[in-house]
Amino acid sequence: MSGRYDLVVVGAGPAGLAAAVEAAGLGLSSLVLDEQEAPGGQIYHAIEAAADARPDDVAVLGEDYRYGAALVRTFRAAGVAYRPGANVWQVEGDGSLGYSVGGAAHVVSGRRVLVATGAMERAVPLPGWTLPGVMGAGAAQLLLKSAGMVPEGRVVVAGNGPLLLLVAAQLVAAGAEVAALLETTDWRDYRAAARYLPAALRAHHYLVKGLALRRTLRRAGVPIHSGVRDLAALGDGRVERVRFTRGGRSREIAAATLLLHAGVVPNTQITRQAGCAHEWYAPQRYWRPVVDAWGNTSVGAVMVAGDGGGVFGARAAEIGGRIAALEAGRALGALTERMRDRRAAPLRAGLRRERAIRPLLDHLFRPEPWIAAPTDDATVVCRCEEVSAGALREAVALGCLGPNQAKAFTRCGMGPCQGRICGLTVAEVIAAARGVAVAEVGCLRIRPPIKPLTLGELAAIEPGDANG
Amino acid sequence: MFKRRHELAGATVNVVIEGASLTVAAGETVAAAALAAGLDHLRTTPVRGAPRAPWCMMGVCFDCLMVIDGVPNRQACMTRVRDGMTIERQHGARGFPS
Repeated sequence: MSGRYDLVVVGAGPAGLAAAVEAAGLGLSSLVLDEQEAPGGQIYHAIEAAADARPDDVAVLGEDYRYGAALVRTFRAAGVAYRPGANVWQVEGDGSLGYSVGGAAHVVSGRRVLVATGAMERAVPLPGWTLPGVMGAGAAQLLLKSAGMVPEGRVVVAGNGPLLLLVAAQLVAAGAEVAALLETTDWRDYRAAARYLPAALRAHHYLVKGLALRRTLRRAGVPIHSGVRDLAALGDGRVERVRFTRGGRSREIAAATLLLHAGVVPNTQITRQAGCAHEWYAPQRYWRPVVDAWGNTSVGAVMVAGDGGGVFGARAAEIGGRIAALEAGRALGALTERMRDRRAAPLRAGLRRERAIRPLLDHLFRPEPWIAAPTDDATVVCRCEEVSAGALREAVALGCLGPNQAKAFTRCGMGPCQGRICGLTVAEVIAAARGVAVAEVGCLRIRPPIKPLTLGELAAIEPGDANG
Repeated sequence: MFKRRHELAGATVNVVIEGASLTVAAGETVAAAALAAGLDHLRTTPVRGAPRAPWCMMGVCFDCLMVIDGVPNRQACMTRVRDGMTIERQHGARGFPS
Protein backbone atom coordinates (compact mmCIF):
# COMPACT_ATOMS: atom_id res chain seq x y z
CA MET A 1 0.00 0.00 0.00
CA SER A 2 1.42 3.39 -0.98
CA GLY A 3 2.31 5.71 1.85
CA ARG A 4 1.20 8.86 0.05
CA TYR A 5 -2.42 9.96 0.03
CA ASP A 6 -4.35 12.90 -1.30
CA LEU A 7 -5.85 13.45 2.13
CA VAL A 8 -4.82 12.15 5.53
CA VAL A 9 -7.42 12.78 8.21
CA VAL A 10 -6.42 12.69 11.86
CA GLY A 11 -9.45 11.99 14.03
CA ALA A 12 -12.55 9.88 13.48
CA GLY A 13 -15.08 12.13 15.15
CA PRO A 14 -17.87 13.82 13.19
CA ALA A 15 -15.54 16.22 11.35
CA GLY A 16 -13.05 13.54 10.32
CA LEU A 17 -15.68 10.99 9.34
CA ALA A 18 -17.69 13.46 7.28
CA ALA A 19 -14.55 14.78 5.59
CA ALA A 20 -13.42 11.27 4.69
CA VAL A 21 -16.80 10.40 3.17
CA GLU A 22 -16.88 13.63 1.19
CA ALA A 23 -13.30 13.14 0.00
CA ALA A 24 -14.02 9.58 -1.09
CA GLY A 25 -16.98 10.90 -3.09
CA LEU A 26 -14.62 13.30 -4.85
CA GLY A 27 -12.27 10.47 -5.75
CA LEU A 28 -9.48 11.58 -3.41
CA SER A 29 -7.33 8.82 -1.95
CA SER A 30 -7.81 9.18 1.79
CA LEU A 31 -6.56 7.69 5.03
CA VAL A 32 -8.19 8.18 8.43
CA LEU A 33 -6.01 7.79 11.53
CA ASP A 34 -7.64 7.71 14.95
CA GLU A 35 -6.27 6.79 18.35
CA GLN A 36 -9.54 5.24 19.55
CA GLU A 37 -10.37 1.63 18.69
CA ALA A 38 -13.62 2.51 16.92
CA PRO A 39 -14.92 5.52 14.99
CA GLY A 40 -17.05 8.24 16.56
CA GLY A 41 -14.62 10.53 18.36
CA GLN A 42 -15.76 11.54 21.84
CA ILE A 43 -19.29 12.64 21.05
CA TYR A 44 -20.17 9.32 19.38
CA HIS A 45 -17.66 7.30 21.38
CA ALA A 46 -18.32 3.53 21.15
CA ILE A 47 -21.60 4.14 19.29
CA GLU A 48 -21.27 0.95 17.23
CA ALA A 49 -20.69 -1.31 20.23
CA ALA A 50 -23.31 0.46 22.34
CA ALA A 51 -25.97 0.36 19.62
CA ASP A 52 -25.20 -3.30 19.07
CA ALA A 53 -25.05 -4.60 22.64
CA ARG A 54 -26.36 -1.90 25.01
CA PRO A 55 -29.42 -0.23 23.47
CA ASP A 56 -30.56 0.83 26.93
CA ASP A 57 -27.42 2.90 27.35
CA VAL A 58 -28.01 4.50 23.94
CA ALA A 59 -31.56 5.36 25.01
CA VAL A 60 -30.26 7.05 28.17
CA LEU A 61 -27.63 8.97 26.23
CA GLY A 62 -30.29 10.25 23.86
CA GLU A 63 -30.92 11.07 20.24
CA ASP A 64 -27.86 13.26 19.83
CA TYR A 65 -25.70 10.23 20.61
CA ARG A 66 -27.76 7.77 18.58
CA TYR A 67 -27.38 10.08 15.55
CA GLY A 68 -23.73 9.06 15.36
CA ALA A 69 -24.61 5.51 14.35
CA ALA A 70 -25.74 6.57 10.89
CA LEU A 71 -22.65 8.74 10.34
CA VAL A 72 -20.35 5.88 11.34
CA ARG A 73 -22.25 3.47 9.07
CA THR A 74 -21.87 5.87 6.14
CA PHE A 75 -18.14 6.11 6.87
CA ARG A 76 -17.73 2.34 7.00
CA ALA A 77 -19.64 1.96 3.75
CA ALA A 78 -17.44 4.53 2.00
CA GLY A 79 -14.52 2.12 2.27
CA VAL A 80 -11.94 4.74 3.22
CA ALA A 81 -8.60 3.41 4.47
CA TYR A 82 -8.81 3.57 8.26
CA ARG A 83 -6.35 2.80 11.06
CA PRO A 84 -7.87 2.69 14.56
CA GLY A 85 -5.54 2.65 17.54
CA ALA A 86 -3.19 5.01 15.66
CA ASN A 87 -1.32 7.55 17.80
CA VAL A 88 -0.12 10.42 15.64
CA TRP A 89 3.12 11.72 17.11
CA GLN A 90 4.17 14.29 14.52
CA VAL A 91 2.66 16.36 11.73
CA GLU A 92 4.70 18.60 9.43
CA GLY A 93 3.64 21.42 7.14
CA ASP A 94 4.67 19.48 4.03
CA GLY A 95 2.04 16.87 4.87
CA SER A 96 4.36 14.24 6.29
CA LEU A 97 3.08 12.55 9.37
CA GLY A 98 4.33 9.98 11.88
CA TYR A 99 2.09 7.64 13.81
CA SER A 100 2.25 4.38 15.74
CA VAL A 101 -0.15 1.45 15.85
CA GLY A 102 0.40 -1.47 18.20
CA GLY A 103 3.96 -0.47 18.98
CA ALA A 104 4.98 -0.09 15.33
CA ALA A 105 5.79 3.38 13.99
CA HIS A 106 4.99 4.48 10.46
CA VAL A 107 5.56 7.55 8.33
CA VAL A 108 2.94 8.56 5.81
CA SER A 109 2.22 11.68 3.85
CA GLY A 110 -0.80 13.52 2.54
CA ARG A 111 -0.97 16.27 -0.01
CA ARG A 112 -3.37 17.67 2.54
CA VAL A 113 -3.56 16.72 6.22
CA LEU A 114 -6.86 17.44 7.94
CA VAL A 115 -6.48 17.74 11.70
CA ALA A 116 -9.85 16.79 13.14
CA THR A 117 -8.78 15.94 16.67
CA GLY A 118 -11.54 17.90 18.28
CA ALA A 119 -11.70 19.32 21.75
CA MET A 120 -11.40 18.32 25.35
CA GLU A 121 -12.83 19.40 28.68
CA ARG A 122 -11.17 22.45 30.18
CA ALA A 123 -9.13 21.72 33.31
CA VAL A 124 -10.97 22.68 36.50
CA PRO A 125 -8.18 23.37 38.97
CA LEU A 126 -9.78 23.45 42.39
CA PRO A 127 -8.48 22.50 45.82
CA GLY A 128 -8.57 18.71 45.91
CA TRP A 129 -9.27 18.22 42.19
CA THR A 130 -6.53 15.60 41.88
CA LEU A 131 -8.21 13.31 44.43
CA PRO A 132 -9.40 9.97 43.06
CA GLY A 133 -13.12 10.18 42.37
CA VAL A 134 -12.87 13.70 40.94
CA MET A 135 -13.12 13.61 37.16
CA GLY A 136 -14.51 15.52 34.24
CA ALA A 137 -18.24 15.28 33.64
CA GLY A 138 -17.38 14.20 30.10
CA ALA A 139 -15.23 11.42 31.52
CA ALA A 140 -18.21 9.95 33.35
CA GLN A 141 -20.23 10.24 30.15
CA LEU A 142 -17.50 8.34 28.29
CA LEU A 143 -17.68 5.54 30.87
CA LEU A 144 -21.41 5.30 30.26
CA LYS A 145 -20.88 5.26 26.48
CA SER A 146 -18.00 2.82 26.38
CA ALA A 147 -18.74 0.50 29.29
CA GLY A 148 -22.32 1.09 30.43
CA MET A 149 -21.06 2.20 33.83
CA VAL A 150 -22.25 4.82 36.30
CA PRO A 151 -20.62 6.16 39.46
CA GLU A 152 -21.31 4.16 42.60
CA GLY A 153 -22.72 6.08 45.54
CA ARG A 154 -23.46 9.78 45.71
CA VAL A 155 -22.41 11.94 42.76
CA VAL A 156 -22.12 15.71 42.77
CA VAL A 157 -21.92 17.49 39.41
CA ALA A 158 -20.37 20.97 39.52
CA GLY A 159 -19.20 23.78 37.26
CA ASN A 160 -20.89 25.44 34.30
CA GLY A 161 -21.79 24.80 30.69
CA PRO A 162 -24.36 22.84 28.69
CA LEU A 163 -22.56 19.54 29.21
CA LEU A 164 -23.06 19.85 32.97
CA LEU A 165 -26.84 19.72 32.71
CA LEU A 166 -26.73 17.03 30.06
CA VAL A 167 -24.47 14.67 31.99
CA ALA A 168 -26.41 15.17 35.21
CA ALA A 169 -29.66 14.29 33.45
CA GLN A 170 -28.11 11.29 31.69
CA LEU A 171 -26.73 9.97 34.97
CA VAL A 172 -30.11 10.31 36.64
CA ALA A 173 -31.73 8.40 33.77
CA ALA A 174 -28.98 5.79 34.03
CA GLY A 175 -29.71 5.17 37.70
CA ALA A 176 -26.90 7.08 39.37
CA GLU A 177 -27.51 8.87 42.66
CA VAL A 178 -27.02 12.52 41.71
CA ALA A 179 -26.95 14.27 45.07
CA ALA A 180 -26.72 17.83 43.70
CA LEU A 181 -25.91 19.96 40.70
CA LEU A 182 -23.75 22.95 41.66
CA GLU A 183 -23.59 25.55 38.92
CA THR A 184 -21.49 28.68 39.04
CA THR A 185 -23.93 30.33 36.62
CA ASP A 186 -26.33 32.81 38.19
CA TRP A 187 -28.71 35.60 37.17
CA ARG A 188 -25.83 37.95 36.38
CA ASP A 189 -24.65 35.56 33.67
CA TYR A 190 -28.12 35.38 32.17
CA ARG A 191 -28.37 39.17 32.15
CA ALA A 192 -24.95 39.53 30.49
CA ALA A 193 -25.86 36.94 27.85
CA ALA A 194 -29.36 38.30 27.15
CA ARG A 195 -28.26 40.38 24.17
CA TYR A 196 -27.24 37.18 22.36
CA LEU A 197 -30.64 35.57 22.77
CA PRO A 198 -32.30 36.89 19.58
CA ALA A 199 -29.55 35.45 17.38
CA ALA A 200 -29.70 32.18 19.32
CA LEU A 201 -33.39 31.77 18.51
CA ARG A 202 -32.34 30.58 15.06
CA ALA A 203 -31.11 27.44 16.84
CA HIS A 204 -33.98 27.39 19.29
CA HIS A 205 -33.97 23.61 19.49
CA TYR A 206 -30.87 23.90 21.66
CA LEU A 207 -32.62 26.32 24.01
CA VAL A 208 -35.62 24.02 24.32
CA LYS A 209 -33.25 21.16 25.07
CA GLY A 210 -31.59 23.08 27.90
CA LEU A 211 -34.90 23.91 29.56
CA ALA A 212 -36.03 20.29 29.26
CA LEU A 213 -32.86 19.08 30.98
CA ARG A 214 -33.43 21.39 33.95
CA ARG A 215 -37.01 20.17 34.20
CA THR A 216 -35.84 16.55 34.15
CA LEU A 217 -33.46 17.20 37.01
CA ARG A 218 -36.01 19.08 39.10
CA ARG A 219 -38.58 16.33 38.59
CA ALA A 220 -36.01 13.75 39.68
CA GLY A 221 -35.53 15.71 42.87
CA VAL A 222 -31.96 16.75 42.17
CA PRO A 223 -31.18 19.97 44.07
CA ILE A 224 -29.73 22.62 41.77
CA HIS A 225 -27.66 25.28 43.49
CA SER A 226 -26.83 28.28 41.32
CA GLY A 227 -24.21 30.96 41.74
CA VAL A 228 -21.86 28.72 43.71
CA ARG A 229 -18.30 29.78 44.46
CA ASP A 230 -15.19 28.41 46.14
CA LEU A 231 -15.68 24.80 45.11
CA ALA A 232 -13.36 22.31 46.73
CA ALA A 233 -13.02 18.54 46.94
CA LEU A 234 -12.23 17.15 50.38
CA GLY A 235 -11.25 13.69 51.50
CA ASP A 236 -8.49 11.34 52.51
CA GLY A 237 -7.08 9.43 49.57
CA ARG A 238 -10.25 10.04 47.55
CA VAL A 239 -13.05 12.59 47.41
CA GLU A 240 -15.49 12.27 50.31
CA ARG A 241 -17.08 15.73 50.52
CA VAL A 242 -17.63 18.71 48.26
CA ARG A 243 -17.47 22.19 49.76
CA PHE A 244 -18.92 25.32 48.21
CA THR A 245 -20.21 28.75 49.16
CA ARG A 246 -23.49 30.19 48.04
CA GLY A 247 -25.00 33.45 49.10
CA GLY A 248 -22.10 33.91 51.48
CA ARG A 249 -22.78 30.61 53.28
CA SER A 250 -20.33 27.71 53.16
CA ARG A 251 -21.74 24.19 52.83
CA GLU A 252 -20.46 20.66 52.48
CA ILE A 253 -22.11 17.74 50.69
CA ALA A 254 -21.02 14.14 51.02
CA ALA A 255 -20.01 12.63 47.68
CA ALA A 256 -18.10 9.58 46.47
CA THR A 257 -17.69 11.09 43.01
CA LEU A 258 -17.34 14.73 41.97
CA LEU A 259 -17.83 15.47 38.29
CA LEU A 260 -16.44 18.82 37.21
CA HIS A 261 -17.05 20.69 34.01
CA ALA A 262 -16.14 24.22 32.98
CA GLY A 263 -16.51 24.14 29.22
CA VAL A 264 -14.80 22.53 26.27
CA VAL A 265 -11.61 23.80 24.62
CA PRO A 266 -9.88 22.93 21.33
CA ASN A 267 -7.15 20.31 21.52
CA THR A 268 -4.35 22.26 19.87
CA GLN A 269 -1.52 19.81 20.43
CA ILE A 270 -1.05 18.92 16.76
CA THR A 271 -1.64 22.39 15.36
CA ARG A 272 0.88 23.78 17.87
CA GLN A 273 3.45 21.14 17.06
CA ALA A 274 2.99 21.76 13.34
CA GLY A 275 3.67 25.46 13.88
CA CYS A 276 0.25 26.83 12.96
CA ALA A 277 -0.68 30.34 14.03
CA HIS A 278 -3.24 30.51 16.84
CA GLU A 279 -5.54 33.22 18.14
CA TRP A 280 -7.02 33.85 21.55
CA TYR A 281 -10.82 33.52 21.81
CA ALA A 282 -11.63 35.70 24.79
CA PRO A 283 -15.27 34.78 25.58
CA GLN A 284 -14.29 31.16 26.26
CA ARG A 285 -10.66 31.83 27.18
CA TYR A 286 -9.02 29.37 24.84
CA TRP A 287 -6.56 29.27 21.96
CA ARG A 288 -7.70 28.10 18.57
CA PRO A 289 -5.77 27.75 15.29
CA VAL A 290 -6.23 30.57 12.81
CA VAL A 291 -8.20 29.13 9.90
CA ASP A 292 -9.90 30.58 6.86
CA ALA A 293 -13.46 29.76 5.87
CA TRP A 294 -12.30 26.49 4.31
CA GLY A 295 -10.19 25.20 7.20
CA ASN A 296 -6.78 26.12 5.83
CA THR A 297 -4.29 26.98 8.59
CA SER A 298 -1.26 29.21 8.31
CA VAL A 299 0.93 26.19 7.56
CA GLY A 300 1.24 24.51 4.18
CA ALA A 301 -0.74 21.33 3.83
CA VAL A 302 -2.33 21.43 7.28
CA MET A 303 -6.08 21.99 7.55
CA VAL A 304 -8.43 21.91 10.52
CA ALA A 305 -12.10 20.97 10.81
CA GLY A 306 -14.37 20.42 13.79
CA ASP A 307 -14.07 21.53 17.39
CA GLY A 308 -10.28 21.60 17.12
CA GLY A 309 -10.66 24.87 15.24
CA GLY A 310 -13.08 26.39 17.72
CA VAL A 311 -15.89 24.76 19.68
CA PHE A 312 -19.17 24.81 17.77
CA GLY A 313 -20.49 21.33 18.48
CA ALA A 314 -20.88 18.02 16.71
CA ARG A 315 -23.27 18.99 13.92
CA ALA A 316 -21.17 22.02 12.99
CA ALA A 317 -18.10 19.76 13.04
CA GLU A 318 -19.68 17.39 10.53
CA ILE A 319 -20.48 20.24 8.14
CA GLY A 320 -17.03 21.77 8.63
CA GLY A 321 -15.45 18.43 7.75
CA ARG A 322 -17.32 18.30 4.47
CA ILE A 323 -16.41 21.90 3.62
CA ALA A 324 -12.74 21.17 4.31
CA ALA A 325 -12.88 18.09 2.07
CA LEU A 326 -14.35 20.18 -0.74
CA GLU A 327 -11.50 22.65 -0.38
CA ALA A 328 -8.96 19.83 -0.38
CA GLY A 329 -10.63 18.63 -3.57
CA ARG A 330 -10.24 22.06 -5.12
CA ALA A 331 -6.60 22.33 -4.02
CA LEU A 332 -5.80 18.91 -5.49
CA GLY A 333 -7.59 19.49 -8.79
CA ALA A 334 -10.64 17.31 -8.27
CA LEU A 335 -12.97 20.33 -8.27
CA THR A 336 -12.96 23.75 -9.83
CA GLU A 337 -13.36 26.70 -7.51
CA ARG A 338 -16.87 27.27 -8.85
CA MET A 339 -17.91 23.67 -8.27
CA ARG A 340 -16.47 23.82 -4.77
CA ASP A 341 -18.41 26.99 -3.97
CA ARG A 342 -21.64 25.64 -5.41
CA ARG A 343 -21.41 22.45 -3.37
CA ALA A 344 -20.40 24.34 -0.25
CA ALA A 345 -23.25 26.87 -0.40
CA PRO A 346 -25.98 24.69 1.16
CA LEU A 347 -23.44 23.45 3.73
CA ARG A 348 -22.64 27.00 4.76
CA ALA A 349 -26.30 27.73 5.37
CA GLY A 350 -26.45 24.70 7.67
CA LEU A 351 -23.27 25.75 9.40
CA ARG A 352 -24.64 29.22 10.12
CA ARG A 353 -27.72 27.66 11.66
CA GLU A 354 -25.71 25.31 13.85
CA ARG A 355 -23.38 28.07 14.96
CA ALA A 356 -26.21 30.47 15.80
CA ILE A 357 -26.48 29.20 19.39
CA ARG A 358 -22.80 29.64 20.12
CA PRO A 359 -22.54 33.36 21.03
CA LEU A 360 -25.28 32.86 23.62
CA LEU A 361 -23.69 29.72 25.08
CA ASP A 362 -20.20 31.18 25.03
CA HIS A 363 -21.30 34.28 26.92
CA LEU A 364 -23.77 32.62 29.27
CA PHE A 365 -21.22 30.02 30.33
CA ARG A 366 -18.05 32.11 30.50
CA PRO A 367 -15.19 30.44 32.36
CA GLU A 368 -15.07 31.68 35.94
CA PRO A 369 -11.89 33.69 36.60
CA TRP A 370 -11.38 31.91 39.93
CA ILE A 371 -11.35 28.57 38.10
CA ALA A 372 -9.32 29.75 35.11
CA ALA A 373 -6.59 31.12 37.40
CA PRO A 374 -6.79 29.51 40.85
CA THR A 375 -6.03 31.94 43.66
CA ASP A 376 -5.40 29.32 46.38
CA ASP A 377 -1.62 28.73 46.40
CA ALA A 378 -1.96 25.03 47.25
CA THR A 379 -4.15 24.21 44.24
CA VAL A 380 -2.38 21.90 41.80
CA VAL A 381 -1.97 23.45 38.35
CA CYS A 382 0.24 20.83 36.67
CA ARG A 383 -1.25 17.46 37.58
CA CYS A 384 1.60 15.46 36.06
CA GLU A 385 4.44 17.19 37.90
CA GLU A 386 2.30 18.30 40.87
CA VAL A 387 3.16 21.98 40.56
CA SER A 388 0.94 24.29 42.56
CA ALA A 389 -0.42 27.72 41.65
CA GLY A 390 1.75 29.16 44.41
CA ALA A 391 4.91 27.62 42.96
CA LEU A 392 4.00 29.04 39.57
CA ARG A 393 3.47 32.51 41.03
CA GLU A 394 6.87 32.25 42.76
CA ALA A 395 8.41 31.55 39.37
CA VAL A 396 6.76 34.68 37.98
CA ALA A 397 8.13 36.66 40.93
CA LEU A 398 11.57 35.31 40.00
CA GLY A 399 11.14 36.71 36.50
CA CYS A 400 9.37 34.06 34.40
CA LEU A 401 7.38 35.91 31.77
CA GLY A 402 5.68 32.99 30.08
CA PRO A 403 4.85 29.28 30.18
CA ASN A 404 8.11 28.08 28.61
CA GLN A 405 10.28 29.87 31.17
CA ALA A 406 7.95 28.74 33.94
CA LYS A 407 8.29 25.19 32.66
CA ALA A 408 12.09 25.40 32.95
CA PHE A 409 11.79 26.74 36.51
CA THR A 410 9.02 24.48 37.85
CA ARG A 411 8.61 21.52 35.45
CA CYS A 412 5.07 22.70 34.77
CA GLY A 413 4.12 21.14 31.43
CA MET A 414 7.03 18.67 31.35
CA GLY A 415 4.98 15.64 32.33
CA PRO A 416 3.30 13.01 30.16
CA CYS A 417 0.35 15.20 29.18
CA GLN A 418 2.79 17.78 27.77
CA GLY A 419 0.64 20.71 28.81
CA ARG A 420 -2.66 19.46 27.40
CA ILE A 421 -4.30 19.77 30.81
CA CYS A 422 -2.32 22.58 32.44
CA GLY A 423 -1.45 24.76 29.43
CA LEU A 424 -4.35 27.20 29.66
CA THR A 425 -4.20 27.40 33.46
CA VAL A 426 -0.46 28.12 33.40
CA ALA A 427 -1.00 31.00 30.98
CA GLU A 428 -3.86 32.40 33.06
CA VAL A 429 -1.96 32.23 36.36
CA ILE A 430 1.10 33.91 34.83
CA ALA A 431 -1.04 36.59 33.17
CA ALA A 432 -2.86 37.33 36.43
CA ALA A 433 0.40 37.47 38.37
CA ARG A 434 1.98 39.79 35.79
CA GLY A 435 -1.15 41.90 35.32
CA VAL A 436 -1.20 41.42 31.55
CA ALA A 437 -3.62 39.88 29.05
CA VAL A 438 -3.45 36.11 28.66
CA ALA A 439 -2.87 36.42 24.92
CA GLU A 440 0.31 38.36 25.65
CA VAL A 441 1.74 35.64 27.88
CA GLY A 442 1.86 33.10 25.05
CA CYS A 443 1.74 29.34 25.29
CA LEU A 444 3.87 26.25 25.73
CA ARG A 445 6.06 25.33 22.80
CA ILE A 446 4.98 21.86 21.71
CA ARG A 447 7.58 19.55 20.19
CA PRO A 448 7.25 16.09 18.66
CA PRO A 449 6.64 13.35 19.58
CA ILE A 450 3.30 14.49 20.92
CA LYS A 451 2.34 10.98 21.99
CA PRO A 452 4.79 8.54 23.60
CA LEU A 453 7.15 6.94 21.12
CA THR A 454 9.98 4.58 22.00
CA LEU A 455 13.42 4.79 20.41
CA GLY A 456 12.92 1.21 19.28
CA GLU A 457 9.79 2.15 17.35
CA LEU A 458 11.48 5.15 15.79
CA ALA A 459 14.54 3.12 14.79
CA ALA A 460 12.43 0.42 13.20
CA ILE A 461 10.80 2.73 10.64
CA GLU A 462 11.95 1.61 7.20
CA PRO A 463 14.17 4.42 5.84
CA GLY A 464 12.97 6.08 2.65
CA ASP A 465 9.73 4.13 2.63
CA ALA A 466 6.49 5.71 3.73
CA ASN A 467 4.77 2.44 4.62
CA GLY A 468 1.34 3.75 5.51
CA MET B 1 -15.93 3.57 42.17
CA PHE B 2 -18.08 2.82 39.15
CA LYS B 3 -20.59 0.04 38.63
CA ARG B 4 -22.03 -1.70 35.58
CA ARG B 5 -25.65 -0.82 34.87
CA HIS B 6 -26.33 -4.34 33.68
CA GLU B 7 -25.00 -7.79 34.39
CA LEU B 8 -22.16 -8.91 32.17
CA ALA B 9 -23.78 -10.32 29.05
CA GLY B 10 -22.09 -11.15 25.79
CA ALA B 11 -18.39 -11.86 25.36
CA THR B 12 -16.18 -11.69 28.43
CA VAL B 13 -12.47 -12.08 29.14
CA ASN B 14 -10.49 -12.91 32.27
CA VAL B 15 -7.90 -10.46 33.51
CA VAL B 16 -5.78 -10.16 36.64
CA ILE B 17 -6.09 -6.79 38.36
CA GLU B 18 -3.66 -6.21 41.22
CA GLY B 19 -3.31 -9.96 41.65
CA ALA B 20 -7.03 -10.70 41.68
CA SER B 21 -8.59 -12.68 38.82
CA LEU B 22 -11.67 -11.01 37.37
CA THR B 23 -14.14 -11.50 34.54
CA VAL B 24 -14.75 -8.33 32.57
CA ALA B 25 -16.54 -7.41 29.37
CA ALA B 26 -14.58 -7.97 26.18
CA GLY B 27 -13.67 -4.66 24.56
CA GLU B 28 -13.81 -2.69 27.81
CA THR B 29 -10.99 -0.30 28.57
CA VAL B 30 -8.57 -1.24 31.32
CA ALA B 31 -9.54 1.94 33.17
CA ALA B 32 -13.22 1.00 33.14
CA ALA B 33 -12.44 -2.55 34.28
CA ALA B 34 -10.22 -1.24 37.08
CA LEU B 35 -12.85 1.22 38.30
CA ALA B 36 -15.58 -1.42 38.20
CA ALA B 37 -13.28 -3.79 40.09
CA GLY B 38 -13.31 -1.32 42.96
CA LEU B 39 -9.81 0.13 42.63
CA ASP B 40 -9.95 3.55 44.22
CA HIS B 41 -6.71 4.61 42.55
CA LEU B 42 -4.87 3.41 39.44
CA ARG B 43 -1.42 4.80 40.22
CA THR B 44 0.61 6.89 42.63
CA THR B 45 2.48 9.97 41.43
CA PRO B 46 6.26 10.26 40.92
CA VAL B 47 6.68 13.46 42.93
CA ARG B 48 4.57 12.93 46.04
CA GLY B 49 3.29 9.36 45.83
CA ALA B 50 -0.27 10.72 45.69
CA PRO B 51 -3.06 8.34 44.58
CA ARG B 52 -4.62 9.11 41.21
CA ALA B 53 -7.64 7.85 39.27
CA PRO B 54 -8.69 8.88 35.76
CA TRP B 55 -9.55 12.54 35.08
CA CYS B 56 -10.44 12.70 31.35
CA MET B 57 -11.04 9.10 30.16
CA MET B 58 -10.04 10.15 26.64
CA GLY B 59 -6.25 9.97 26.53
CA VAL B 60 -5.23 13.58 27.22
CA CYS B 61 -4.59 13.70 30.96
CA PHE B 62 -2.30 10.64 31.34
CA ASP B 63 -3.50 10.22 34.95
CA CYS B 64 -4.55 6.60 34.29
CA LEU B 65 -1.04 5.25 33.67
CA MET B 66 -0.80 1.61 34.72
CA VAL B 67 1.56 -1.33 34.23
CA ILE B 68 -0.25 -3.53 31.70
CA ASP B 69 1.21 -6.92 30.79
CA GLY B 70 4.40 -5.80 32.44
CA VAL B 71 4.72 -2.64 30.32
CA PRO B 72 4.59 0.59 32.35
CA ASN B 73 3.27 4.03 31.39
CA ARG B 74 0.30 2.66 29.49
CA GLN B 75 -2.83 4.76 29.37
CA ALA B 76 -5.48 2.49 30.89
CA CYS B 77 -8.32 4.45 29.27
CA MET B 78 -6.85 3.85 25.80
CA THR B 79 -6.07 0.14 26.26
CA ARG B 80 -8.65 -2.59 25.71
CA VAL B 81 -8.73 -5.63 27.99
CA ARG B 82 -7.49 -8.93 26.55
CA ASP B 83 -7.83 -12.44 27.91
CA GLY B 84 -5.06 -13.15 30.42
CA MET B 85 -4.00 -9.50 30.69
CA THR B 86 -2.21 -8.47 33.90
CA ILE B 87 -3.07 -5.03 35.20
CA GLU B 88 -1.14 -3.39 38.03
CA ARG B 89 -0.93 0.03 39.60
CA GLN B 90 2.07 2.09 38.59
CA HIS B 91 3.84 3.44 41.64
CA GLY B 92 5.80 6.59 40.87
CA ALA B 93 7.68 6.99 37.63
CA ARG B 94 7.99 4.04 35.28
CA GLY B 95 10.62 1.44 36.05
CA PHE B 96 13.17 0.28 33.51
CA PRO B 97 14.15 -3.38 33.09
CA SER B 98 17.67 -3.89 34.39
